[in-house]
Amino acid sequence: MATEHEFDVVIVGAGGAGMRAALESSQRAKTAVITKLYPTRSHTGAAQGGMAAALANVEDDNAEWHTFDTIKGGDYLVDQDAAEILCNEAIDAVLDLEKMGLPFNRTPEGRVDQRRFGGHTRNHGEAAVRRACYAADRTGHMILQTLYQQCIKQEVEFFNEFYVLDLILDGDPQAAGEDGEVAAAGVVAYSLQTGEVHTFRAKSVIFATGGAGKVFKTTSNAHTLTGDGMGIALRAGIPLEDMEFFQFHPTGLAGLGILLSEAARGEGGILRNSEGERFMERYAPTIKDLAPRDMVARAMANEVREGRGCGPHKDYVLLDLTHLEPSHIDEKLPDITEFARTYLGVEPYTEPVPVYPTAHYAMGGIPTNVQGEVLRDNTHVVKGLYAAGECACVSVHGANRLGTNSLLDINVFGRRAGIAAAEYAVATAETPALPADASAQIEGLVASLRETVGGEGTERVAQIRKELQETMDRNVQVFRTAESLAEAHAVVKDLQERYKAIAIHDRGTRFNTDLLEAIELGFLLELSEVVIAGAEARKESRGGHYREDFPTRDDENFMQHTMAYKRADGTVDLDWKPVVVTKYQPMERKY
Amino acid sequence: MTAPADAPVTTDAIPTMTVTLKILRFDPDGLDGREPGTEYWEEFQIEAHATDRVLDALHMIKWEQDGTLAFRRSCAHGVCGSDAMRINARNRLACKTLLKDLNPAKPIMVEPIKGLPVEKDLIVDMEPFFASYREIMPFLMTSGPTPERERLQSPEDRERYDDTTKCILCAACTTSCPVFWTDGQYFGPQAIVGAHRFIFDSRDEGEWDRLEILNDKAGVWKCRTAFNCTEACPRGIEVTKAISEVKHALNTGEI
Repeated sequence: MATEHEFDVVIVGAGGAGMRAALESSQRAKTAVITKLYPTRSHTGAAQGGMAAALANVEDDNAEWHTFDTIKGGDYLVDQDAAEILCNEAIDAVLDLEKMGLPFNRTPEGRVDQRRFGGHTRNHGEAAVRRACYAADRTGHMILQTLYQQCIKQEVEFFNEFYVLDLILDGDPQAAGEDGEVAAAGVVAYSLQTGEVHTFRAKSVIFATGGAGKVFKTTSNAHTLTGDGMGIALRAGIPLEDMEFFQFHPTGLAGLGILLSEAARGEGGILRNSEGERFMERYAPTIKDLAPRDMVARAMANEVREGRGCGPHKDYVLLDLTHLEPSHIDEKLPDITEFARTYLGVEPYTEPVPVYPTAHYAMGGIPTNVQGEVLRDNTHVVKGLYAAGECACVSVHGANRLGTNSLLDINVFGRRAGIAAAEYAVATAETPALPADASAQIEGLVASLRETVGGEGTERVAQIRKELQETMDRNVQVFRTAESLAEAHAVVKDLQERYKAIAIHDRGTRFNTDLLEAIELGFLLELSEVVIAGAEARKESRGGHYREDFPTRDDENFMQHTMAYKRADGTVDLDWKPVVVTKYQPMERKY
Repeated sequence: MTAPADAPVTTDAIPTMTVTLKILRFDPDGLDGREPGTEYWEEFQIEAHATDRVLDALHMIKWEQDGTLAFRRSCAHGVCGSDAMRINARNRLACKTLLKDLNPAKPIMVEPIKGLPVEKDLIVDMEPFFASYREIMPFLMTSGPTPERERLQSPEDRERYDDTTKCILCAACTTSCPVFWTDGQYFGPQAIVGAHRFIFDSRDEGEWDRLEILNDKAGVWKCRTAFNCTEACPRGIEVTKAISEVKHALNTGEI
């Protein structure tokens, strides 16, 4: 295979956002999807519970109620114009998937069925509403499969197991200033199969690379979710927005972090402490176990901290499904109950399941406008560069994402980015030229890592990664303080130094996953620093970011987004960006 | 802040044990004096918990002993389909197989799935497998104008093809099939499962196009009902039943 390629649009990542973008883009312009994994391995497939849309198929509902819930759920850090688009376009997003063949569960009348989910309410908080469209507890699996099937139908061109490592820009995003112009020119990728470095010239580039959950130890995220796209953007001089906001999903299998869908509570499951108490009644009297994830996760951690945890170490709480009919569980929650049986040996028909919060979702990411165009500062875009899905920050999730809004996000903003990128490419006459040495940096990186084999390096990738994840779990999880963050910051800086002295084992060219993991760790170390820096600067508590030393929300000083820039000398600088408010003024967040 | 009392720790009390893994290696590069393309068995010992997954054991080897060991993995809980491999002569997902379910007193034999070209160690070339999947046109086919709202489908009609929607394209079924191993033409069970998912979907109108493809000499009649595929499926899909339903449709002309 030649190692130099040219396309109108290059999409990086083949999860839900990437493939939804590809379906639009490939109809309009010559498109390639470059993906580290086979498309069907992407972590969209692990999403379980549903996709929100005010279809009103089973009870009264509308997009405005959904918008309000999204903004309140995000603790008023949501950009409200983006939330309006998300919720208004949700209905067509679900219907589009149905028309593509997605096998949603059905009502007796044959319509798409809907169920309850955390934070989704009727008429601004009156009661839980059935808004989540779903396919058993494998909604993400069905979305990923359906989008992949449509990509096969449209003969979308994939470069599978190509690991994009660099973004080539025409212009310097941090030097361009008010009047300068910066544009995408292409990407550089490493072929896992051959070990060759490839260049892709393109008029438009879309990043849809997913999350970065592997900065934490206890996580629902796949091993491969190492924040590559966010890290590449950061290194290219593009800021990252709101990275201190990480969602800890309440119900991870205790000790393992494997996700048990919020649908378990949507279908009637109850959280209990060691006294058998339904403790969420104390924290969220109206919607109880269906409060937003940040509140439930904090409540669980608090129960454990105050000595009401379960098990020999009193370090988890219980998810009780035993009052549900086994046939109902089999019909609505087959996969997650199977996880409990397989991995914990617990039978959910008769025994409550041990659960504890697990790092789940990055609310922050590469800043974009509502067309998916990437911002290089608070107002200017990088021409021809787009981002969508978890790697992006529009921001529709603000400080805390509602369950079922991420499967929605990838469809709405994946589609928008795909259309915008293709239209920009069609309107652009010339494909930008790549500099002659476009791939030199990555070839150098790969060669230098290979040369560490058998060399003097004393550090091991797995050891550094383990220490990173442990310090992030210990210090940057549900509860944070100035001290815990300072400790994490110091550890990460130290690990970044030690990373320079790593040695890998594999000098081979084909499927060198040893080398891959070393590169991934580099991204994790840089992103962790950004998460911590944002968390240190945000001296308030909002959504998923809870500072014990600043336990209340401070709208006067902090109702704004962080924008983290990596400077040429390696330091991380923070700036602030105003929240877009349309008609929802911040109010106290009670459920 | 090194070890607060409230940190979740659940494996403390469980004793570890020594587990031996024998892994079939394949070295495409020819490193350490080997010829490129050398295949060889290598034995590793690790300290693990009975509740650890085979994937955890492979990670311990890769991360602590030999970084050159290559295998695919991603989600680590049985939904992405990356890590199908032959474990003690049976196709399974490494992330869904616990050591305690394998008799860890004996060496655990780990090989790549069979019938696809090996690329490196436990990594095989999946392209022929995905080519067969593409062959059966795995996408909804309809005619007429697109409706404004959703197409209606009764819960009963939805249930009809529920089992085959669970497929994660891991290839455990296809690469457990003795016909697939010996017959280079056979689509294999997954392609039939993939076709079944649409043939029995009441919204789909491409069923006879797909059935014609499966009626081909590379198709469904190659199946000798060995049931290996059903046993291998990590998602519990009744693969052999799905194949027999496709055969029945071809025999009777009824869906």
